[in-house]
Amino acid sequence: MSLPKRTFDALVIGAGGGGLRAALQLADADLKVAVVSKVFPTRSHTVAAQGGINAALGNVTPDNWHWHMYDTVKGSDYLGDQDAIEFMCRAAAQTVRELEHYGLPFSRLDNGKIYQRTFGGQSTHFGQGQAVRACAAADRTGHAMLHTLYQQNIRAKTHFFDEFYALDLVKDEEGYVLGVVALEIESGEPLLIEARTTLLATGGAARIFRTSTNALINTGDGLGMALRAGIPLQDMEFFQFHPTGIAGVGNLISEAARGEGGFLVNRHGERFMQRYAPATTDLASRDVVSRAILTEVRAGNGCGEQGDHVWLKLDHLGADKIKSRLPGIRDLARRFAHADPIEAPIPVFPTAHYMMGGIPSNRHGQVVAPTATGPEEAVPGLYAVGECACVSVHGANRLGGNSLLDIVVFGRAAGSHMLDYLRENPYPRPIPREATELALARLARWTRAGQGETIPEIREAMRKIMEDHCGVFRSSAGLREGVEKMQVLRERFSRAVLHDQSKIFNTARIEALELENMLETALASIVSASARQESRGAHSQVDFPARDDKNWLKHSLYFLDGDRLDYKPVRLKPLTVESFPPVPRTY
Amino acid sequence: MRFSIYRYNPESGAKPSMQDYVLDTPPEGKMLLDAILALKDIDPTLSVRRSCREGVCGSDAMNINGQNGLACITPLADLKQPIELRPLPGLPVIRDLIVDLTQFYQQYRSIQPYLINHDPEPEIERLQSPAQRAELDGAYECILCACCSTACPSFWWNPDKFVGPAGLLQAYRFIADSRDQATNARLDDLEDPYRLFRCHGIMNCVEVCPKGLNPTEAIGNIKALLVNRTV
Repeated sequence: MSLPKRTFDALVIGAGGGGLRAALQLADADLKVAVVSKVFPTRSHTVAAQGGINAALGNVTPDNWHWHMYDTVKGSDYLGDQDAIEFMCRAAAQTVRELEHYGLPFSRLDNGKIYQRTFGGQSTHFGQGQAVRACAAADRTGHAMLHTLYQQNIRAKTHFFDEFYALDLVKDEEGYVLGVVALEIESGEPLLIEARTTLLATGGAARIFRTSTNALINTGDGLGMALRAGIPLQDMEFFQFHPTGIAGVGNLISEAARGEGGFLVNRHGERFMQRYAPATTDLASRDVVSRAILTEVRAGNGCGEQGDHVWLKLDHLGADKIKSRLPGIRDLARRFAHADPIEAPIPVFPTAHYMMGGIPSNRHGQVVAPTATGPEEAVPGLYAVGECACVSVHGANRLGGNSLLDIVVFGRAAGSHMLDYLRENPYPRPIPREATELALARLARWTRAGQGETIPEIREAMRKIMEDHCGVFRSSAGLREGVEKMQVLRERFSRAVLHDQSKIFNTARIEALELENMLETALASIVSASARQESRGAHSQVDFPARDDKNWLKHSLYFLDGDRLDYKPVRLKPLTVESFPPVPRTY
Repeated sequence: MRFSIYRYNPESGAKPSMQDYVLDTPPEGKMLLDAILALKDIDPTLSVRRSCREGVCGSDAMNINGQNGLACITPLADLKQPIELRPLPGLPVIRDLIVDLTQFYQQYRSIQPYLINHDPEPEIERLQSPAQRAELDGAYECILCACCSTACPSFWWNPDKFVGPAGLLQAYRFIADSRDQATNARLDDLEDPYRLFRCHGIMNCVEVCPKGLNPTEAIGNIKALLVNRTV
């Protein structure tokens, strides 16, 4: 089958903050850049980020990127790669100021500088004081960032393929990535988009869990594409549960609520975080706070009729502060929890939120995979940034305010490195005929008629398995059982059928394609979790409650082929400063 | 719960029609989008755009019992039954509740929706006082859901020539920004019988905006600036 083809210098898959920042870097260098997105760019999930972006600007209290680096290494439970973390924290101030120059409407201090607020896990002087580091546009920082970056791409004349769904990467025999086959959702027709270099910026996958803060589009599409191209996924056992999702529905209540002075209480009105994290209380790291909430609820200290959540109290902040600093959160709480935080506490519970793992990459955004010549060889032409990538700057647990930073720092870095790559590879390589077969087979699979389970049945079964077996607390037996169930579910999925065979804007077909990616992501996560016999960051294994640096200070790599695992060392050596050696982590 | 939903599939050859659905779950505590997704699990052909499910991405704008809104933040319990759902009015329908937003996006692009400042970039942030920044409140929060523009009769008649409330609100967002240096060019661009002056202050936009924004006020501010610069 001969496909219609479009040709560009560079291709970006995903139009969130990471993809748009990279696209801008390329378009401003006068290259032909295509951005493929399954939704109109400003519908991407970056839009939902609330609290802020970390940068040691020192606008409120003295600050230093090195302290930010210390916090990020400690927050990662020492699984983060210290070269990448140094790179990110050093670049933060310049990158944030650049966003301001692009027009991002940051909130302001009286002296006209960017407003900064306190966030969890952020310290001064290497753990001594509380830092004020998260730069914010009220509690709509992600919205402000995404719209600003989209606007700048309009100025730079980036080509947008809105509502095109990327099916699979196109590779040649030598492993060069040469573009993607995408489905035009409106027409239902496939299109080959050829480019000398391709960036995956497809975001997270927390929709594999039943209760999630994530948008419905967060289905791990880039992760599935990488796996099917033979690339492993790294550290997939580390999924962050945000401490304050609205109980029952999951909508995110930003850490900014606690950063601005809110705190958690149990049914006795006790500020229980004082027992779990005496030094930092409610602003401890997210994994610590989530475990504390679950422990309180399991001990019978939960709030509400069912005792199944705790309360986030904000009323003491006063109406003015809530209205000016947390207007979006107030809106969400009133709508989804029927509680106005000016008067009443918000019911909250830990909710699946962020994937620390992802497509293995380095600080230039290059995708790296083990080959015969080494454990971290670049896949030629392929880049990955943002939540779908694992640099790794977040290690086993991400700090609040570091994900918006991650996407713009590494989006920018990847764009710059792609420019170098394009200079070194000035001519397109021929695309072999069979290179598009994987993608077209993926599409053709759903034309099969007959009887079979439906997509929603399998999707809900997957989410139940993840919730029951791969949640905040995990056990050896539970994980083992979860892996078996998930492998059975993959078999069931291979026999599922699609009951809408139309072409025009067939969203049921998109959901089937998304579910394939979600299932592969879920398997990567639960298989990796089942193997890791220690507790580190977000991975709390009740049968192995301690961190085990002797055996497990290493990154997991999951391969689709045979659900195989491999490991590679953590990069403990920073670029210029002294290493932060692993020490016990307390808050 | 009873629903009456606009159905159109261009491949079927059939004309658009309203289809009745019944959902056997209590509406309390649920949003309209929850119900639509539950219906879609039963009838996979029912088509709608959706993403964030909390009112920040602007995907699931539709006409709900005669008024434009976002399904994900419309409480089911507040809606009179049968709940009548139609695509946003005035734009071509692609399928079911999905409309072709090309003209809406074109108008947004036409107002040069990006900060224009020709000075060399300072080493730190450009300074802006809290009062100057407050001028952007009520304008920068737009989510481009198109509820307002597709509720505007002037936009229905001239979607190719009238910028519409969403685009004009964004034009004002940059005019009002103390960091932007293109105010005069922006005003020149809008000083046109169609682009700006098709707004007759009907204020449907204000009534339907799911974010509580006020495009009519922003349009009034632009008109006032135009008057002020001639006197």
